[in-house]
Amino acid sequence: MSQETHAEERELTMSRAMVGAIAHEMREDDEVFVMGEDIADYGGIFDSTEGLLEEFGHDRIMDVPISETSFIGAGVGAAQAGMRPIVELMFADFFGVAMDQIYNNMAKNTYMSGGSVSVPMVLMTAVGGTYNDAAQHSQTLYGTFAHLPGMKVVVPSNAYDAKGLMHNAIRDDDPVVYMFHKRLMGLGWMPAPEGPKTGVPDEPYAIPFGEADVKREGEDATVVTLGLHVHRALEAAEELAAEGIDAEVIDLRTLVPLDTDAVIESVRKTGRLVVVDEDYRSFGVTGEIVARTTEEALGDLHAVRRVAMPDVPIPYARPLENEVNPGVEDVADAVRSVQE
Amino acid sequence: MYEDMVTARRYEERLQEEYLEGKQPAFDISAGPIPGELHLAAGHEASGAGVCIHLRDDDTVTAPHRPHHVAIAKGVDLKRMTAEIFGRETGLGKGKGGHMHLFDPDVNFACSGIIAQGVPPAVGAGLAAKKRNTDDVAVAFLGEGAIDQGGFLESLNLASVQDLPVVFVIEDNDWAISMPKDRVTDVEDGSKRAGGFDLPGVRVDYDDAVAVYEAAGEAVERARNGNGPTLIEVQVHRRMGHFMGDPQAYRSEEDVERAEQLDPIPKLEDDLRKHGVDDETIDEIRDRAHERVEEAIEWAKDQPEPDPEDAHEDVFTNPPAGVAEHPGTTESTGGDD
Repeated sequence: MSQETHAEERELTMSRAMVGAIAHEMREDDEVFVMGEDIADYGGIFDSTEGLLEEFGHDRIMDVPISETSFIGAGVGAAQAGMRPIVELMFADFFGVAMDQIYNNMAKNTYMSGGSVSVPMVLMTAVGGTYNDAAQHSQTLYGTFAHLPGMKVVVPSNAYDAKGLMHNAIRDDDPVVYMFHKRLMGLGWMPAPEGPKTGVPDEPYAIPFGEADVKREGEDATVVTLGLHVHRALEAAEELAAEGIDAEVIDLRTLVPLDTDAVIESVRKTGRLVVVDEDYRSFGVTGEIVARTTEEALGDLHAVRRVAMPDVPIPYARPLENEVNPGVEDVADAVRSVQE
Repeated sequence: MYEDMVTARRYEERLQEEYLEGKQPAFDISAGPIPGELHLAAGHEASGAGVCIHLRDDDTVTAPHRPHHVAIAKGVDLKRMTAEIFGRETGLGKGKGGHMHLFDPDVNFACSGIIAQGVPPAVGAGLAAKKRNTDDVAVAFLGEGAIDQGGFLESLNLASVQDLPVVFVIEDNDWAISMPKDRVTDVEDGSKRAGGFDLPGVRVDYDDAVAVYEAAGEAVERARNGNGPTLIEVQVHRRMGHFMGDPQAYRSEEDVERAEQLDPIPKLEDDLRKHGVDDETIDEIRDRAHERVEEAIEWAKDQPEPDPEDAHEDVFTNPPAGVAEHPGTTESTGGDD
């Protein structure tokens, strides 16, 4: 847990950490700008751009029409012209109206041009449920974006990582989909769990993509997860520790690239794998992690469980959403089950 | 302008010949020296040439899936473009893009295969020009079949509300694959779409390169001077099928004949003669264009095919280090390691 190594730091919410990174990069490089819906005067519905307008003005913190195809596509065009746009898609769920620009242009133009065109763009987007916003505003869609080649996919779970990953995302010469979980942002109106608010150094630092973080070491099972569920897995691990089960918790931090080695190394030690994901169960992150582990370390693997959203649209009423979104007990039960 | 037009026409005639090699008598799309689909733009030359003559290398152009005449007029490297179409290693995209996905960053040209898809990125190039305070402009070419696409309409609005240096050029060839315009679009004149976005809209009714030149000149100047976007529609005619191999059973013989008669190239030749250009000069330009096309095609056919392993490269400009980037290609070590 690298944030503990920094003595000179402030406790920040995840949103403040993200904004700090964006502001720093904007001061350093005139080519960086932000555009999206309600990102200027409002400061981003989930505070992802809160405070930037005052320092940078409307030219660089740019509100746009509700018109995702045009402004995400314009982000691609500006990036291909050498600028470094940060484009916000308010909810990941809204990708449906603009996916052509995302996966056919943003993600493919570098490849189709044989490497002669770069698209240094950050597409940042809010993900996740737990606040009863139903099927069109609660998805994470991690697997959807990670499945399609050509985009790096970043999912921070805490303020320290959010800042370091944002610095790296803006500096990266490739399109980066930066998926922040609403519940982790530290919003006044959507209280975050314990954990995402961390010490954050004032100075800039980049967290390289493709380096998972072992959040808790353990001998008995490997729990691989990301985003909000890092915190649920850690809570489950504490509960299990009281029962004498010692779980290792890995925060993937980025899906593309994926730190397969960190997972394999842990599984070789524990022999038991539980993958926890807030995305749908089928054809997604959990299946991918299990597949890679079986390809690389089948002989070390004694038991596997997946804990994920069942394959249903996310329901509205509280008992229904609680049923489908994996909770601490679901994680703990899965870890117990692989001990048998 | 004339040279660009005859180059484009000759280029497509030659591509057609090359493309059909091995595909006759029975048409097999996967046979012959040119892979994939081939959408030819013969009959569209006036729009590409009449617009791009006003542009510099720094100006951006995006074109749709019928791109060759625009690419040629924008100054795309003809040899490397041809190598790309033949799927060769030295092609613009190293054989990864093909004829619908040509990128030449040296002259800021790109084209793409989905209807209206290139329009938002052109707006983005205009946005970049405005933010950087340059006088560069961006031009988005699209077909009349694209004017009902949301991405186009959204782009008109964004360019208008941001006052961006963008020119939208609709090439109206009357046909969206098999669908005549009057059956699917509410306006006969696509430039009327501009009215809803408080933009100037201009229609050039004939395949007349000089008329396109004049309309585009005004629009490009307006954009360059910071006076915002313009929408132009140019009437063109599709002399060939939607793609090579299209039997065009949906199209009447009269319509095909009309497209052949309304050829912008002889029309421009007449204009040139009226302005005192002699036949010898016209022949010289045409011969030079034909020679250049031949040279490009011969060069391209001599180029090697890509190394199959190269399929794994260029996904990223900055490929992740130390992480299995292509899990599909890693050797599985099974469970015994």
